[in-house]
Amino acid sequence: MTMDQLRLPNLDYASLAPMLILFGVACVGVLVEAFVPKRARNGVQLLLSLAAIVVALVYVVLRAGKVNTANAATAGGAIVIDNVSLFLQGTLLLLGFVAVLMFGERSLERGGPFVPQAAVTVGSDKDRELAATEGGATEVYPLVLFSLGGMLLFVSANDLLTMFVALEVFSLPLYLLCALARRKRLLSQEAALKYFLLGAYASAFFLFGVAMIYGFAKSVDFRSIHDAVVANSDNTALMLIGLALLAIGLLFKIAAAPFHVWTPDVYQGAPTPVTGFMAACTKTAAFGGLLRVLYVGFDGASWEFTPVLGVVAVLTMLVGAILAVTQTDLKRLLAYSSIANAGYLLVGLLGGGQDGLSSTLFYLVAYGFTVIAAFALVSLVRDADGEATHLSRWAGLGRRSPLFAGVFTFLLLAFAGIPLTSGFVAKFAVFGAAIGGGQTWLVIFGVLTSIILAFPYLRVVVMMWLSEPGETTPSVSIPGGLTRAVLGIGTVATLALGVLPGPLLDLADKASVFVR
Amino acid sequence: MNYLTILTLSPLIGAMIVAFVPKSEPKLAKLIALFWSLAVLVVAGSAWLAFDPKDGGLQLRESYNWIPVWNAKFTFATDGISLVMLLLVALLVPIVILASWHDAENSRRSVPAYFALILALEGTMIGVFAAADVLLFYLFFEVMLVPMYFLIGSFGNDVPAKQRQYAAVKFFLYSLVGGLFMLAAVVGLWVAGSKTFDWQTLVNADFSTGTERWLFLGFFIAFAIKAPFFPFHTWLPDAGGAAPAGTAALLVGVMDKVGTFGILRYCLPLFPEASKYFAPWAIALALVGIIYAALLAVGQNDLKRLVSYTSIAHFGFIGIGIFAFTLQAGSGAVLYMLNHGLATGLLFLVVGMFVYRRGSTLVTDFGGAGKLVPLLAGIFLFAGLASLSLPGLAPFVSEFLVLIGVFQVNVTVAVIATAGIILAACYVLWMVQRTTQGALNPALSGVDNMRRDLTAREMIVVAPLVALILALGFYPKPVLDVINPAVERTLTHVTSVEAGK
Repeated sequence: MTMDQLRLPNLDYASLAPMLILFGVACVGVLVEAFVPKRARNGVQLLLSLAAIVVALVYVVLRAGKVNTANAATAGGAIVIDNVSLFLQGTLLLLGFVAVLMFGERSLERGGPFVPQAAVTVGSDKDRELAATEGGATEVYPLVLFSLGGMLLFVSANDLLTMFVALEVFSLPLYLLCALARRKRLLSQEAALKYFLLGAYASAFFLFGVAMIYGFAKSVDFRSIHDAVVANSDNTALMLIGLALLAIGLLFKIAAAPFHVWTPDVYQGAPTPVTGFMAACTKTAAFGGLLRVLYVGFDGASWEFTPVLGVVAVLTMLVGAILAVTQTDLKRLLAYSSIANAGYLLVGLLGGGQDGLSSTLFYLVAYGFTVIAAFALVSLVRDADGEATHLSRWAGLGRRSPLFAGVFTFLLLAFAGIPLTSGFVAKFAVFGAAIGGGQTWLVIFGVLTSIILAFPYLRVVVMMWLSEPGETTPSVSIPGGLTRAVLGIGTVATLALGVLPGPLLDLADKASVFVR
Repeated sequence: MNYLTILTLSPLIGAMIVAFVPKSEPKLAKLIALFWSLAVLVVAGSAWLAFDPKDGGLQLRESYNWIPVWNAKFTFATDGISLVMLLLVALLVPIVILASWHDAENSRRSVPAYFALILALEGTMIGVFAAADVLLFYLFFEVMLVPMYFLIGSFGNDVPAKQRQYAAVKFFLYSLVGGLFMLAAVVGLWVAGSKTFDWQTLVNADFSTGTERWLFLGFFIAFAIKAPFFPFHTWLPDAGGAAPAGTAALLVGVMDKVGTFGILRYCLPLFPEASKYFAPWAIALALVGIIYAALLAVGQNDLKRLVSYTSIAHFGFIGIGIFAFTLQAGSGAVLYMLNHGLATGLLFLVVGMFVYRRGSTLVTDFGGAGKLVPLLAGIFLFAGLASLSLPGLAPFVSEFLVLIGVFQVNVTVAVIATAGIILAACYVLWMVQRTTQGALNPALSGVDNMRRDLTAREMIVVAPLVALILALGFYPKPVLDVINPAVERTLTHVTSVEAGK
């Protein structure tokens, strides 16, 4: 073997810049932990992370419009930065920016939402001492940047192995983040463990699927898989098993039934900023991955997978909607609502074609902003024990703090899909795509579950406005500037995308072309 | 002039202004709301003048870009039918605001919020009638629920809190269920109609019979819940009973007309074949509604619920009028929508005046009230008689037109419906008798408020409605002139199907 046979793949730094920046700054963040004095760390880390995200976003925007079929693939074909990747990366960065703002909030609670040292035994003297004196861990910033970088890679991976690596890169920091809640430590640790164990299973399924697909297509990149599927060899069984295993791994991440069971526990136990980050960004990344696998790799097999995934979608919507009705904890309620929303996203995805793609992309943006704002609001309603998430504690909140109750009502109306909110436009788009793609039955279930789902949302509204405040109704903390910004951005985006969705729909439409 | 845009947006702007009036200045909020709604009435009046009654199509059309990717536009336009409804909204709202002058004070909520919600409701209702783009119509149709939900849930004080919450949630859920069925149909219509929301374009589109019937059902269920027709009516007595009287007048007087208006504007022209196909079923539901609701009304002891039930019976008449597909019945139905708004609006407001004085909605808590408040009792009788369609009062004209029109095509239906008139006489006269006639209920004389007859403010509230009911009873021509061409145009869609096949 001669030296010149071992060539390095050609790296297009301009298109990889967003990811490189995030990973680079995350590493710098680790150094900051070591060298910057404790007092200044939170501020330094926060600014550093936000700056990294903004610069990455600038690079994404600069790249947009310069993409064509020839220059999209890079890093030896392992990564493809096409318009869909850019749209998803932009979405992830925007949502990530908003979520990180929540991470930095320190005025609601002394020391912020995170625990000072996660490894200290819960309830020990050391733990109590730390909780009373120390600020929250600032390692969360490098962790969230690693995770975000992994997500960016995940949505632009062009072969299954890169995708798997990215999956792990964005999942591992999330497992850690889930365990870092300052209050209700045991619940938080339990959530992290559950998420980690089930996530590990899901990753194993995914990897097993990759092996099967390799057996089928003799390759793991999407173009070869596409060609092999279209060529329709006699190994269809292998392909179907492989696809099913891949899908399980991905459906776990998007929290589709019956792989959703971790969602309520993790959403409830994780620190609220992390929950918001997961609800918005993990969902976006996972759908980005699923879209690419199904639209680019396996589009030739849509006859096979559409009915099966259709059943999954229906199940997801039903489970999310019906179980949401019985919830009494707001974070769990929002978790089930996010499961149901995964179902609506699947409806759009299964609509197929450009409409299916663009409607799913739009939905991800719209839902992401609304859900982050909703979790930001949940973090405001607190009493001496931290957040008061039990529904009964929200009784009469409208009387005490009409502004916040009004904002939350608006967000709930957006979840319910009432017009003039982004939720309506998004739902309309996915339903339209599904009917256009001949999947009317999914839309019927979508409508039925929307009806069921309206009930729990309405119950919260009734609690806040029509019930008398109880003795125990907690007050709404006056948010610091950061949470205020999150609420403002989320609410304004929900309204703006509801009233004038034209530009973003247009952008999503233009972005909806995969490069194979 | 952009009449329709101004009409739709100005109440919404007014609502925002009123909402920002501080709680400590209730008087200021009321005055702003009143004058704002009067200004809206002036605009509505000038739109009426600018409208050409000879043309049955959509007029005063305005169109602005909204969502180009979907081909959705802010298109407003009106025909004779919606013009009449627009005017009804614009007329009733200032009256209701004046009538509810003290309503919100007894509740512990903020007074400016109450009036802001009424203005917001006005804007969305006007939007529903003025929209000529299906998505825009749907938008207003759904958003309309939100202010009404809070009006019922937060400000009613005639019933216990639990019952009020129940009524508000029931109202919202029923309407939302209908709305979501319609959403599915709107999406379907958009896909089947080659991705446009423009009403004018969609009217000319051709759908396959199966598609058309499904889409018709999606729209029809939403409208039947809104109207409401039997068996989707159970939310109305609860909502009407729990809402403050002024809000209930708007709910029954205008908002429910969106249902029948929607059938005329969307079901008939867009899905003419399906309309013919389902007409017998719709007529059957309407007939059941007439008799069933009338019987329930006879047995009611709660005044506001009683009036709500009478409305369900009246909507039955409108329903058979629409689905008879004759010009007389159709025009009668539209005129009925207007007259019912005036008569039942008046009835609800007068009932509200009684309830405000007595602090109870139960018929048995009154008795002989006419001896204490003769003038109010007189107006109550007048409103009752209008509601049972006494000749000489406006509702008689419309009911007569509906019955003649129906008689021409189906004698049985007309005869059964006529039985409803007899029942109407029963429930109205019995209600009036038990509350205002006969021996004075001793409990009443102990209530100071019951000694106060119609105040000057209340006279201003009832005067325009009484005058209009009388005037339209003798001379309905100006309104019919506007309605007729539009109804004729609407019906040609249905009749052309008959001729074509």
